[in-house]
Amino acid sequence: MTDAWILVGRELRHWARQPFQLIVNLIFPIMLVLMFGYLFGGSMIVPGGGDYKEFLLPGMFAMTMAFGVEATFTAISTDANKGVTDRFRSMPMARSAVVLGRAGADMLDSAANLVVLMACGLLMGWSWHNGPVKAAAAVGLLLLLRFSLLWLGIYLGLLLRSPESVMALQILIWPISFLSNVFVSPGNMPTVLAKIAEWNPLTATVDSIRWLFGNPGGQDSIWLAIAWPLVIIVIFFPLSVRRYQRMSR
Amino acid sequence: MNSVQCIGLRKNYGDKAALDGLDLEVKGGTVCGLLGPNGAGKTTAVRILTTLTRPDGGSASVAGFDVVKQARQVKERIGLVGQHAAVDEILSGRQNLVMFGRLYHLGSKRAATRADELLEQFGLQDTGRKAVKDYSGGMRRRLDLAASLILAPPVLFLDEPTTGLDPRGRNEVWQAVRGLVGSGATVLLTTQYLEEADQLADQICIIDHGRVIANGTPDDLKGIDHLDVVVRSASDLETTRGILGPESEVDVDNRRVSVPVKDRLATLTQVARALEDAGIAVEDIGLRRPTLDEVFLELTGGASK
Ligand SMILES: Nc1ncnc2c1ncn2[C@@H]1O[C@H](COP(=O)(O)OP(=O)(O)O)[C@@H](O)[C@H]1O
Ligand SMILES: [Mg+2]
Repeated sequence: MTDAWILVGRELRHWARQPFQLIVNLIFPIMLVLMFGYLFGGSMIVPGGGDYKEFLLPGMFAMTMAFGVEATFTAISTDANKGVTDRFRSMPMARSAVVLGRAGADMLDSAANLVVLMACGLLMGWSWHNGPVKAAAAVGLLLLLRFSLLWLGIYLGLLLRSPESVMALQILIWPISFLSNVFVSPGNMPTVLAKIAEWNPLTATVDSIRWLFGNPGGQDSIWLAIAWPLVIIVIFFPLSVRRYQRMSR
Repeated sequence: MNSVQCIGLRKNYGDKAALDGLDLEVKGGTVCGLLGPNGAGKTTAVRILTTLTRPDGGSASVAGFDVVKQARQVKERIGLVGQHAAVDEILSGRQNLVMFGRLYHLGSKRAATRADELLEQFGLQDTGRKAVKDYSGGMRRRLDLAASLILAPPVLFLDEPTTGLDPRGRNEVWQAVRGLVGSGATVLLTTQYLEEADQLADQICIIDHGRVIANGTPDDLKGIDHLDVVVRSASDLETTRGILGPESEVDVDNRRVSVPVKDRLATLTQVARALEDAGIAVEDIGLRRPTLDEVFLELTGGASK
């Protein structure tokens, strides 16, 4: 455990040494919100009526969680490529510490992003309407989604180590986010795309948190919003562990 | 006592044997140079000895502990400098050393003092607070070395510590390694350069295709230095060859006759006198350290005879 904490501390030191990077990471989703909220907001149709910004922000929260995969992936593959992972493995540390440390650092990172984005949302007129308990449940669903994607990121980071695959992942993550209900309701998409969007794990989470926050376009798909991340964890947690063990092949 | 021991170590990748029955013994407190060309199996051997890779056969022990069954005890007694400088690029050098120190379970105070000691020992005290990504190659390597020495481990593994460095960086690292010798640590160092092994090692082990093909002190191997004689006129080549003996080789294009020698200086003076007596105009004469290729040819040629 101590070992894992030390690695979380490493992440905090990264922030302190690269404040600019940190700010860019925080500003990016805010820019998206401003762009979609104010630029395209007028022409967007919100199902059941309502303010587009109220509709958009929960989507952006979930998208920020999804974008976290990239951070996990980059951190894991950089350490593996530079031999840092091997150095850890040659040291008398707890075996799980490397992965636990990564998990702690990334969860902290995403939670911080979420707090900043929610604060911005409040400034722009987004709010939760169903009281703090349901709002907290919504945050819980978001963090659960992030936690499941952590294992996807770790697995991919250990599997594809090249810097080019970081680029590929960055590009891929866009259509995946767009083919969900983050920006528009699937009801307004062509049938095929709508089907994909409905099955996108992001969609279940976004639906549920809109519903929990009392924002427009939401519906109760909480079970799906819990089931999807669990499925992802059940698949990618053992795969990540196996990949890590296979490093000694 | 042997600090590092491999007996019939094997490792296969697919149907290719990276290690094909490697036997190795390194006595405590000595420096062993594991010398071999690219793909010889050096990294594989180091990775097995540092518990990073599991062997497929044979056995290996470090500081008396089995690398498979007693991995934890081995990890507590080794330092590893891998082929890439394995440090965090974003953090400063000092932050790296403190972090690794804490991961070695030194308290935070102890980790900090140890970091400062090591920065000083490796001449990094002035740059200790700079981000590692702004370090030169030589500085990175020294930091990497420092990180491996946090616990002052009794056995240290260096995998091609100077590959990719400019001559200045190479010198920096050599100096750092020499500084370690004499502190009683055992060092296993891999390299592709005979000169490097010669400079640093007490014992050299030449490996190829995953097995040891020669083993000895640098002087043993230096015994196969070459004596080169370049004559002014090609017509003298045959006579020169006669003087240098049946083992010599003639390179007609460069008017050069070359022979492996054991007793360097004695042979040089003797040959120089003989050439003068024979009235041969010599353009150049000198001893030359053989290239790794030549050592291989010599060794494999010798084995097939
Ligand atoms: N992870 C690996 N997968 C497949 N082949 C490998 C792997 N590691 C090493 N090899 C092969 O094993 C042989 C020895 O490699 P290595 O130990 O890296 O040699 P050296 O360090 O002496 O250059 C090479 O032929 C190399 O291609
Ligand atoms: Mg190698």
